[in-house]
Amino acid sequence: MKRLKVFAVMAAAMALTIALAGCGGKKADGDTVKIGGNLEMTGGSASYGASAKNAIELALKQINAKGGVNGKKLALVVADNKSEATEATNAMQKLISQDKVVAVIGPNLSSAAIAATAVNASAKIAAITPMGTNPNVTVDPANGKTKPYNYRTCFIDPFQGTVMANFATKELKAKKAAIMVDNSSDYAKGLAQFFKENFVKNGGQIVAEEFYLQKDTDFKATLTKIKAANPDLLYIPGYYQEVGMIVKQGREMGLTIPMAGGDGWDSAKLPEIAGKNALNNTFFSSLYSPDDDSKLNKDFVAEYQKAYNARPDVFAALAYDSALLLAKAMEDAKSFDPAKINEALAKVNGFQGVSGTVTFNAQHNPVKSAVIIEHKDGKQTFKTKINP
Amino acid sequence: MDMGSLLHQFIQQMINGISLGSIYALIALGYTMIYGIIKLINFAHGDIYMVGAYLGFIATTYLGFGFLPAIIFAMLGAGLAGIIIERVAYRPMRNAPRIAILITAIGVSFFLEYTMMLIASPQPRTFPAIFEATVYHLGPLVVNSQQILILVSALVLMVALSYIVNKTKAGMAMRAVSFDADAAQLMGINVDKTISLTFALGSALAAAGGVLVGIYYNSIDPLMGMMPGMKAFIAAVLGGIGIIPGAMAGGLILGVVEALVSGFISSTFRDAASFAILILILLYKPTGLLGKNVREKV
Repeated sequence: MKRLKVFAVMAAAMALTIALAGCGGKKADGDTVKIGGNLEMTGGSASYGASAKNAIELALKQINAKGGVNGKKLALVVADNKSEATEATNAMQKLISQDKVVAVIGPNLSSAAIAATAVNASAKIAAITPMGTNPNVTVDPANGKTKPYNYRTCFIDPFQGTVMANFATKELKAKKAAIMVDNSSDYAKGLAQFFKENFVKNGGQIVAEEFYLQKDTDFKATLTKIKAANPDLLYIPGYYQEVGMIVKQGREMGLTIPMAGGDGWDSAKLPEIAGKNALNNTFFSSLYSPDDDSKLNKDFVAEYQKAYNARPDVFAALAYDSALLLAKAMEDAKSFDPAKINEALAKVNGFQGVSGTVTFNAQHNPVKSAVIIEHKDGKQTFKTKINP
Repeated sequence: MDMGSLLHQFIQQMINGISLGSIYALIALGYTMIYGIIKLINFAHGDIYMVGAYLGFIATTYLGFGFLPAIIFAMLGAGLAGIIIERVAYRPMRNAPRIAILITAIGVSFFLEYTMMLIASPQPRTFPAIFEATVYHLGPLVVNSQQILILVSALVLMVALSYIVNKTKAGMAMRAVSFDADAAQLMGINVDKTISLTFALGSALAAAGGVLVGIYYNSIDPLMGMMPGMKAFIAAVLGGIGIIPGAMAGGLILGVVEALVSGFISSTFRDAASFAILILILLYKPTGLLGKNVREKV
């Protein structure tokens, strides 16, 4: 019956697409240029999209206040990808063919970003994913070639998995690790693979590897099994909703070992779901810490705080950098022609963002540093910084 | 691994499975009651469970209720929702073909899911800690107070339901309508009222399950009813759809099977195992474990 529901949803979506397509897109008016935001406004990762939208709007407001780019103002058009791969392709299609955007920021989720690349590539419109850390977002796994219209402002999975494996061996002195992987996410599988390889290379041993699916709620059976394997670290490279429940239930089962993950943990919801005490002795790798003391970042944190009454998270920081990066490319290109913007993006060198310096390598990946963040009584605290 | 630790692990998995199974059982009861009385697989039932969880969330977060008032609030609210849904969506279809009313149920399911998304936003919500989990260690075994709470609440509700169905006049009316609605009407039973009551009871039980889940897992969202709804459906079929003790047994068995499969085979096979059970039951014993040729129906 679930299948029937899926069909019904698809049918409804198709009907809607046809109806919308019938209306036809409005041409951009003379003074504004549209940038697309293919973002997670609803679904399991809705908080990522909300942060990104806030940050992009802040960036565009600041750019426009200084007179815009090449004499024109920039505007954001958001399409909701519902945190799903299929919806991300639809959203990309809508932004390009209907809203006539000149470039796109998003999606944040790797699975969604990978699915959407085919759409923006065939339309020859550049897309920057702020947080899609899976290698395949910018590289075609079939032939190993770089996708010419896709970029990212974050580092890639291998680096996060490697960083955490090194941190686990060197700082946490872990010898036996267990892994719990979100089997429905390319992101989690990517992190897990590189964690595993590097942890073993460092002399560690993987004593258990278990899988779960998004929207699962009961992990006690799996955690009981993991506890019996007696690991001294649990690596959970998933997203905050399930991670929160895993940490909570794991602590309830008497699993007191350190737990670690990737930047999917970075959400204000995590301490609410897991509980502040349960979250002690947990670590995650991330691209960004609002405690970073560069002037650029301090200004950004202050402005963001003023506008939204919240500290920016990593999704906000990277989306902000993506927006500034696009504006820089438009300036360099001295044009709003999508092809020229794309050319200029590929040549970006030493761009200063709030999350660090961005220079794209041949795979369109930026080379930049990573931070390890520790939870202390529900607060994220900066633990250490690891350079590439 | 030595036998001792294997045994401990086995018992621990039984504990995990029973607490999960009692939730399936609570939802399955509503499925089975509604099927028993109007032969409708109410696919919106999982969403009533979601509505119950949100009502519990409102009661604890905004109204500051404790556990007991919150669960009663949610049960009353969801019971009312059940009555309204039956009145608006199912009653006009009562003499329509079975497939039409089934499709209506799917429509109601979508309506509830997406209306809740509109009202409460699709972001997951977290329950306030109204019932802090105390962890008890029995040797190597771990049980927490919330698991006990779930099991006890489920048992109390099931006993109350059995009492209502078997010992009260309203229960007798329900059994009569289930057996033969026309004859019951001739005997002076108000069939519409009885069906409304069945929906109210079934929905209230699902809501109780929703609140317990909210407290236990600490996270609720508008689509949370989909999977548990399917699982409870399997539980109801497993026990024999239309049979109240069957739904309880089916729920518990399903919970335990899932825990054992995740614990001793692989967590990837957990859902596959549940659906395999559904297929096997439908193939070899479609009336369910407790099903007889002449079925005792609600």
